[in-house]
Amino acid sequence: MTAALRARDLRVALGGTTVLHGVSLELHPGWTAVVGPNGAGKSTLLRALAGLLPRQAGQVWLQGRPIDDWSARQRAQQIAWLAQQGQAGGDLTVRELVELGRLPHLGLFGTPGPQDQRCVEQAMLATECAAWAERPLRQLSGGERQRCLLARALAVRSPVLLLDEPTTHLDPPHQVAVVRLMQALARQGTVASVMHDLPLALQADRVLLMHAGRIVASGAHDDPALHAALTEVFDHAVRIERVGERHIALPNL
Amino acid sequence: MTPPRRGRLLWALLALSALLLLAGLAAGGDGWSPAGLWQLLQGPDAALIVGQIRAPRTLGAWLAGGLLGLAGALAQGLFRNPLADPFLLGSASGASAAVVAVLAAGALGAQGVMPVAGWLSRIGLVAAAFGGALGGVLLTLLLARGAQHTLRLLLAGVVVGVVLSAFSDLITMLVPEALRGRQVFMLGSTGYLGWDSCALLALGLALTLPLAQRLSRVLDALVLGEDSARSLGLALPQLRLLLVCLLAAATGLAVSQAGLVAFVGLAAPHLVRRIAPGAHGYTLLASTGAGAVLLLAADVVARSLIAPQELPVGVLTALFGGIYLLWLLSRQREA
Repeated sequence: MTAALRARDLRVALGGTTVLHGVSLELHPGWTAVVGPNGAGKSTLLRALAGLLPRQAGQVWLQGRPIDDWSARQRAQQIAWLAQQGQAGGDLTVRELVELGRLPHLGLFGTPGPQDQRCVEQAMLATECAAWAERPLRQLSGGERQRCLLARALAVRSPVLLLDEPTTHLDPPHQVAVVRLMQALARQGTVASVMHDLPLALQADRVLLMHAGRIVASGAHDDPALHAALTEVFDHAVRIERVGERHIALPNL
Repeated sequence: MTPPRRGRLLWALLALSALLLLAGLAAGGDGWSPAGLWQLLQGPDAALIVGQIRAPRTLGAWLAGGLLGLAGALAQGLFRNPLADPFLLGSASGASAAVVAVLAAGALGAQGVMPVAGWLSRIGLVAAAFGGALGGVLLTLLLARGAQHTLRLLLAGVVVGVVLSAFSDLITMLVPEALRGRQVFMLGSTGYLGWDSCALLALGLALTLPLAQRLSRVLDALVLGEDSARSLGLALPQLRLLLVCLLAAATGLAVSQAGLVAFVGLAAPHLVRRIAPGAHGYTLLASTGAGAVLLLAADVVARSLIAPQELPVGVLTALFGGIYLLWLLSRQREA
């Protein structure tokens, strides 16, 4: 089966410092959580996979084709990207923000049709921000804005979703809601998300552990090798325990 | 809810425009007088005074203000800075330097000092101001190596502004005859606007406003940050360059006809955002209307306040703009 996204020997530098040291991976349909300590290169990996960063070396394939062979607009139709602590100020209303998600399909000169309106409405419903559709973003709290930004990414309706810390600023009920949403989306497409919250990350189909610009382990939530690597990379500050069918990460206090 | 407020603001701007256009026809040597206008329209000089002087001046001020308002909204959206001004990228200093050069050439040509001066003086002040404004922005773009980096672009604009202002000062020092013309240009004036100016300004607005509105989603996307805008498939370097060109054309055209009218480009989008904020498609349109209303209102006041004398319109806009910004600052401090 062709991977939705595949990278081989990916090397990326930021400001002269190499941040990714030859990363290779495949993202298949399902939810992959990318975890690791601060500065491990998680966000850089997602940006490079989205084609937003120049590569020093290596190659990325989107749906089996080199990513550079796709036009910017085609790529935007295939990959929706959510920035880490994304900006959403300005004077836009929530609906206007979410409608931007249809830009890759409409282009600058297209007019939104009923299908686009449907996508926007469904994205707002899925992230529970439909009630504030006509409110300006600057009147919303950080968590509310984050849900609107997530809705903007969902409105693209792309087969690949790359989400950089989608649960940032959210309260526990909405963190759980976003995790359930990612699980639902993963049944139809490929979702990769950078997660700082290890208990939430362990709900993913697959966890990818990064350290110092390299992938050091990957596996399902119940993979003992992954658990050992997590404990090691996080300096024994966490321990993994089984609770029912799932595993959770607890701080070693 | 915000959208109905936006509609109300647009209607209010339309109604204010209609009122001010009438007020502009009534403002003359005797001050502002609707009764005087009625009398004038009955008399034999109506076609000349109203048809050839007051009407084009009034309409021209409205159009030039509209272009400045549009340029201000473009600048503030492009640089994501509510204090950005249409003159930020060197257009003001470029226009000023070109006007001073042509004025000095005219003076030198009349004295027969330099053979090339006579040729240069024939370019005309309007063409010089327009060319100078575009030249200033082009220089900024060259220095910034394109429009890719906002900070580099702003810094280049500052450098170009300083260098071209120094160039203007140097010429004025060498040829003092250019000083008075430069002063008139720097203060802004609607006194020279005729029907040709109106046609040019209307054409400029008819071309730049629809295109700017078409590109408004780029400005909306930039609110999310550069990477998010690129992830939506937008070719930012090219689109930003196009927006800078639109900004330069709108500013250059307004400046070439009405001189350096301060604060309209800064205040118009600011007012729109305070009264009824919205997406850029609407902000560009409303700022155009607000700029038109502001400049025309200032023009009517400038013509009426100490009639039969006139105040330079740019002095009034700078004065009111400065007071408005101070008031804004004090309110923010209180908040």
